[in-house]
Amino acid sequence: MYKAAVIGDSASVSGFAALGLSVFRETEPEKINKLISRLAANDFAVIYITEPAAAMVRDTINKYRSSKLPSIVLIPAIEGNTGDGMRALHEAVEKAVGSDILN
Amino acid sequence: MARLNVNPTRMELSKLKKKLTSARRGHKLLKDKRDELMRQFMILIKENRQLRSEVEAAISEANRYMAVAGSVMQREVLETALMLPKQEVELEVGEKNVMSVYIPEFKTKFRSGDANDIYSYGMAFTSIDLDGAVSALSAILPKMIRLAEVEKACQLMADEIEKTRRRVNALEHIMIPDYEETIKYITMKLSENERSTTTSLMKVKDMVLKESHNYH
Repeated sequence: MYKAAVIGDSASVSGFAALGLSVFRETEPEKINKLISRLAANDFAVIYITEPAAAMVRDTINKYRSSKLPSIVLIPAIEGNTGDGMRALHEAVEKAVGSDILN
Repeated sequence: MARLNVNPTRMELSKLKKKLTSARRGHKLLKDKRDELMRQFMILIKENRQLRSEVEAAISEANRYMAVAGSVMQREVLETALMLPKQEVELEVGEKNVMSVYIPEFKTKFRSGDANDIYSYGMAFTSIDLDGAVSALSAILPKMIRLAEVEKACQLMADEIEKTRRRVNALEHIMIPDYEETIKYITMKLSENERSTTTSLMKVKDMVLKESHNYH
């Protein structure tokens, strides 16, 4: 059985604990890097990560882009939405189509 | 275009003709694959965008509640309230084949039968804003799971489309023109050889006739 995880600063991710997602309160790049590798190897199918946390470990996230699992999804942190998640979407379109045709 | 480095023989010619036919067929098939992938991708990317804006809005709302809850409650109390969750989300992972791209499908399962059984704390010592945050998150959870599915599908399909497009382009602009040019070269060379054989034969015939009968 697979599980879902949430990574980010304490204030942004605590709420998810009540829903039954596995919450990891990490804000340091090295720890997040290790955590993502560990989660990916341990039956976590979905990893939600706050945008500021994701910005620190972009390489690790890109590494898992082309593998089937886990699916790493960016979510806004408590400080607000940085638009990184949408930007990733536009990048995917650009890659597939050759130019950004959204909007 | 570069001509391939082969000997101009009939053997090579028929080999190349076969290769050209299969390259053309492969090109057509890959082009169809690319078009269909692109169509599916456009549908998914629209859903992805819709879902993402909904999820981002809901999480931002929950975060606002959370910020208020954090300001009216002590941090420790807040953490304690959420420390022992009643609920646990488990995912069943399936697989769907879209034009030979394997995309994951997630099915959510809750540990306790009631998916709304989410409040892991008594109401007495916690702020109402915390309830708001938790309920907002709980409402968006199915969409978050779907978002994870769609986002992964989009990424995988974008990769596959890029790969397929490269193959189509390589066939269309390099392999097929190369084959065509080489085939043309061999055909010309062979007919040139034939002509030269004919002329030398004629020449020889002339010489032989001249010698034996003194013809002019």
